[in-house]
Amino acid sequence: MKSVKMSRRTVVAGAAAAGALAGASGASAQGAANVLRVVMHSDLRIIDPIWTTAYIVRNHGYMIYDTLFALDSKGQVQPQMVDRYTVSDDKLTYTFTLRDGLMWHDNQPVTTADIIPSIRRWAARDPLGQTVMGFIASMDAKDPKTFEIKLKEATGLLIFALGKPSSNVPFMMPKRVAETDPQTQITEFVGSGPFMFVRDEWRPGDRAVYAKFQGYRPRSEPASGLAGGKVAKVDRVEWRVITDQQQAINALQAGEIDLIEAPSHDLLPLLKADRNVKLHNWNVLGNQYTLRFNHTTAPFNNPKIRQAALYALNQEDFLKATIGDPEYYKVCKAMFVCGSPLETLAGMEDKLESNFAKARQLLQEAGYAREPVVLLHSTDLQVLTNLAPVAKQLFERAGFVVDMQSMDWQTVVARRVKRDPPTQGGWSAMLTSWVAADILNPVMAGFFNASGDRAAFGWPNDPEIEALRARFARAGSEAEQKQIAEAVQRRVAEAPTHIHLGQWYQPGAHRSNISGWLEAPAPVFWNIEKGRGA
Amino acid sequence: MISYILRRLAATVPVLFTVAVMVFLMLRLTPGDPAAIIAGDNATTQQILDIRTKLGLEEPILQQFFIWLGSILRGDLGESFFFRKTVFELISERIEPTLSLAFLTIVLAVVIAIPLGVLAAYRQGTWIDRVVMGFSVIGFSVPVFVIGYLLIYIFAIKLGWFPVQGYQRISGGVFPWFRSLVLPAFTLSVIYIALIARMTRTSVLEVLSEDYIRTARAKGQTEVKVLFQHALKNAAVPIVTVVGIGVALLIGGVVVTESVYSIPGLGRLTVDAVLARDFPVIQAIILAFSFVYVLINLIVDLSYTIFDPRIRY
Repeated sequence: MKSVKMSRRTVVAGAAAAGALAGASGASAQGAANVLRVVMHSDLRIIDPIWTTAYIVRNHGYMIYDTLFALDSKGQVQPQMVDRYTVSDDKLTYTFTLRDGLMWHDNQPVTTADIIPSIRRWAARDPLGQTVMGFIASMDAKDPKTFEIKLKEATGLLIFALGKPSSNVPFMMPKRVAETDPQTQITEFVGSGPFMFVRDEWRPGDRAVYAKFQGYRPRSEPASGLAGGKVAKVDRVEWRVITDQQQAINALQAGEIDLIEAPSHDLLPLLKADRNVKLHNWNVLGNQYTLRFNHTTAPFNNPKIRQAALYALNQEDFLKATIGDPEYYKVCKAMFVCGSPLETLAGMEDKLESNFAKARQLLQEAGYAREPVVLLHSTDLQVLTNLAPVAKQLFERAGFVVDMQSMDWQTVVARRVKRDPPTQGGWSAMLTSWVAADILNPVMAGFFNASGDRAAFGWPNDPEIEALRARFARAGSEAEQKQIAEAVQRRVAEAPTHIHLGQWYQPGAHRSNISGWLEAPAPVFWNIEKGRGA
Repeated sequence: MISYILRRLAATVPVLFTVAVMVFLMLRLTPGDPAAIIAGDNATTQQILDIRTKLGLEEPILQQFFIWLGSILRGDLGESFFFRKTVFELISERIEPTLSLAFLTIVLAVVIAIPLGVLAAYRQGTWIDRVVMGFSVIGFSVPVFVIGYLLIYIFAIKLGWFPVQGYQRISGGVFPWFRSLVLPAFTLSVIYIALIARMTRTSVLEVLSEDYIRTARAKGQTEVKVLFQHALKNAAVPIVTVVGIGVALLIGGVVVTESVYSIPGLGRLTVDAVLARDFPVIQAIILAFSFVYVLINLIVDLSYTIFDPRIRY
């Protein structure tokens, strides 16, 4: 009898404790009413979006900085900090006027004295910026709100470059910050965007915190992509670091966080089954898988052998093996991305169909001496892990000898910049993924740079592609740009710099009380509202 | 005694120097380039080279080593490649969650394991003994992350009693702090409960057949007093050794547990630093852990004198 009483008491005490704990949980949720708690794809460690191209730092940039121009949801560049601009008849002089009410987070007005060094610092780091700077004769502030850019020769790239949506984004910074050496990281984080960085609460590995900037004056147009009115509808955004994907999903389902930028594809069915959670494809252009050749060493220093690879591969196999659900991938032979203004099939019609007979024929014609293809296999990033095994299998079916070497992604990153022969720690091919917004034309897309030593890892050297890229930079109209983009793609189909392996989409996930998440090339948190419940 | 402590502390210097050399060399021989990671995916070769130069990674390895060693001797642990914070700052920020987790884990392990071990020894051969030893085998065999996910599923997702993840600083209140640590501490303590319970059972079994236990019983001492005052105290030396080893092993367990529960402690900092090849942070943490390991061994050795006055240094 005594033992029964004891156990009852224990049960009552346990229930009371559980109630108290549950109560604490509820209280905590109430306190978080207008705080958006987000799990991003990575931890924020570096906070200078000009110094690095890392996407998490770009996303941080969109929180606290603003841009002169921005891409809207239709892919059109729209004025953002700029109120209006004019172009002279000879298309050599651009005059820009900043809009009223622009303020830095230290409550100082934004002036053209801040803008010009910001453009310079960005252009010193960004390849597209460097291209555009090659056209610029001078940049002058006419008054605190008006500045003028004079060109040496006309280019259709200037406005697009100033509205470049992805890394490196030309974010505007105060003069004293923008004058930091481009090779050195900035140490002050004052922007003019809709949120302020709360540096005191930034704990790498734990969280980064942003508070609504009360002095931000949004544009009057509705938000659209990265353009339009950037209205912050929550008081605080907290980027919480949860490295374990399953745990991030558990936390979302338990209501401890509100939004996950990039949940793992294999866990999406769990989220789809939860009525309190919604999936949202915020980046409608998506991403593109890519195989990069090392052009400096055999076998891929031979364009015919690279073309054989282009015939050997097909996109569907890669997309099925990595993404799986057809809802989140698209076979797309357009190198400048399906759904973009420069989408074209030119030169690719018969490629990427796994035509092994044609691939073998090309290998024979090229005199392929069975040099092993050293294929770098990244094993720790779920969206990349299955790519290399698929490439290995398809290459081998076409007659290549493949030496697939497995390693973590950071080792791939270090290895791919080595120019040694494959037998001495070098490589022949590796696979990666691009955010579509980074590869919308042949000048901005890094893998089309075929300037040899000055090109990105892989170092292609193709004067014909370089000439076409230079023509693209000078093209004055969209029709001309499209024509040149087609020519670039045709040339790449003959002598591939890299192979595009299909488009894929990364939906985000959020609690059902969250609304207003914009479709844009980068995840942005203005316009998002947090309702009650869920 | 004091000269013994001083000698033991002096002996840590060559140990730490050896660790420093090994860690430094191993990191430099490990594939991976922090500059390439920092620069991001779209960086050009030149951008990466600029960052390598800035970080001093283009200097000869020997020169890099002596620069780092010089800084360590001056008490400067260096600056993280990534965070633009000193390593000291990073460790200071992360030490509270790790100490909290380690403390609760050890307390939980000792409070649960020692009575269980004593009970199992006292009831040797009965179902109680078998249950305790069965639990011990399970505790040893099931990986920490499996236990973690099971506990999360039951107590956080299904019952909602505890948070799924995260850590509440003690400055935000003792109750939220404790609540955020219950599941991680229990997860981590399972293996130590198994280890300590097993060792306690064995040690207590040995002393239970000693003459002084029979004498104590003959004098009319209660069984509780016999077990916990006479038997346990005499069995304490091996138990304390195991607890000491457990504290040292905890460092490895903390890494996994902090990752599963998203606790921003030193374990997570270590994993993040290794993945990012943040050399100054990895070097400093391993040195710190080594120092702690040596220190714990010293404390354990000294504690023997408390439990067994016959031991003298």
